[in-house]
Amino acid sequence: METRTLHINMGPQHPATHGVLRIELEVDGETVIGARPVIGYLHTGIEKTMESKLYYKAIPCTDRMDYLAPMMNNLGFCLAVEKLMGIEVPEKVKWARVMLAELTRIKSHLVWLGTHAIDLGAMSMIVYAFREREMIIDIYEACGGQRMMTTYFRIGGLANELPPDLDKLVRKFLGVMPERLTDYEKLLTHNPIFVQRTKGVAVISAENAINWSLSGPMLRGSGVKRDIRKDEPYSGYENFDFEIALGKNGDAYDRYLLRLEEIRQSLRIIQQALDGMPEGPYRAHVPGVVLPPKEDILHKMESLIFHFKIITEGFKTPRGSVYQAVESPKGELGFYIASDGTNKPNRVRVRPPSFINLAALPALVEGGLVADVICAIGTVDIVLGEVDR
Amino acid sequence: MEETVRHWMQDRFAESIVREDNFRGQQSFYIHPNALLEICEALMEDPDLDFRYLADITSCDWLGHEKVMGDRFEIVYNLYSLSRKYRFFLKVMLPAEKPEIASLTPLWNGANWLEREVWDMMGIRFTGHPDLTKILTPDDLKGHPLRKDFPLTYEVPQFTWNKDNPPEVIR
Repeated sequence: METRTLHINMGPQHPATHGVLRIELEVDGETVIGARPVIGYLHTGIEKTMESKLYYKAIPCTDRMDYLAPMMNNLGFCLAVEKLMGIEVPEKVKWARVMLAELTRIKSHLVWLGTHAIDLGAMSMIVYAFREREMIIDIYEACGGQRMMTTYFRIGGLANELPPDLDKLVRKFLGVMPERLTDYEKLLTHNPIFVQRTKGVAVISAENAINWSLSGPMLRGSGVKRDIRKDEPYSGYENFDFEIALGKNGDAYDRYLLRLEEIRQSLRIIQQALDGMPEGPYRAHVPGVVLPPKEDILHKMESLIFHFKIITEGFKTPRGSVYQAVESPKGELGFYIASDGTNKPNRVRVRPPSFINLAALPALVEGGLVADVICAIGTVDIVLGEVDR
Repeated sequence: MEETVRHWMQDRFAESIVREDNFRGQQSFYIHPNALLEICEALMEDPDLDFRYLADITSCDWLGHEKVMGDRFEIVYNLYSLSRKYRFFLKVMLPAEKPEIASLTPLWNGANWLEREVWDMMGIRFTGHPDLTKILTPDDLKGHPLRKDFPLTYEVPQFTWNKDNPPEVIR
């Protein structure tokens, strides 16, 4: 009897692919023997667009890459430009950025948790995850006025003063979240269906994970102790006390536990940041480079002139290239800025964690079942906006 | 660690280093394209250095800046040592006429997509790459968008009012 393998397309309009991802699968019965992710459906040329913009005006482009973690993208880009210009930001800005970045991590992990669970058949999880996500979005709204594309971090500081009710909002969130995490664990951690669908699925060894350049939970899930917040501290992370969550087996279940643990650690960091938030200005004082505070623009001649000059012609940067990596919820998010000495970047390269993690998808699914491909896509935690940019 | 890497590079590959650069505390070496694979392999296998993690591959187009930079295309290899917690950059300048360099896929699986992206967006050819195909741009797009001579464009979408004379790309 003649037998042959079958080529099937998964996606791009498949709800479990989390966007427009197509995977060309080669299957032998129910077993996957080959997989080839096809991407680019959402390519919008963000890197090219940023080349034509002044440094300030490139910040809104960054939100639109990883739209589930907008503040993390803002942070990476602003830190890179600050490194290029040699700007030191006030302590309060650092602490506020850390706090908001960690809220962003929780927000991104919550969306991941909800969608991953719904992919595997736990329908109610997404409702609970989005309920808590809403609280974080409310905090965003209080800060920058926007709920999703915040653009709240600016070069040298924040867009505006932290809102007076921030403390109340964040404390309310910190008050309910630990209890809600326990609820999630009750729903999923010992749920036999969830455990069977994730344990031993999409396994990658530590050595392979390093060779595939994986980062973030994908790398730590295999037991590699690598966290940029600890290894290459930025924005004052060295002042905070937290643990790096680690997995052991490198399977989807370990990565699930690891992400929940990361949420707990983020809560710890937020608590510390909130309790120890220093007083001070919300922007660095660097005339000609950092926008002056709004109050000054209304009352001081020089500030008004600087504001006008920065908005219309930007600022000149030194010639050279810098790389700044931040630990985004998906992994190592890096910004490489090559400057030719003018007021626009010659090249902005984003090191997209989901793009590089997605490249390893064939290694995760080959030899497994077709149904486990869904689990593998979920556990990689991709955002197609960032994969395609 | 910075000193260690510099000494190591100067001891073993002095003739391959074109120039060194240290900007904002970030060390980079401009190297000769032919030596790339050899240097990467040595960096990876030396237990004292342990550069087993290829963080990123990217490229820059320095059209109009060739005098300062040396050549038109710059490829940047971002290497990280997980055990030593140190990052540095290997950079290669490639000529405008024939930008071509050895692929790092024999060493790192992760280089596969990164090099495909550089090929697609910047048009650098990687010799020895198993599957050097387009990755982000549509199949019918000609050219490499991140090159400086590729203009920022937009395409008029097709609607009922212009479906008979398809719109041209406005440049």
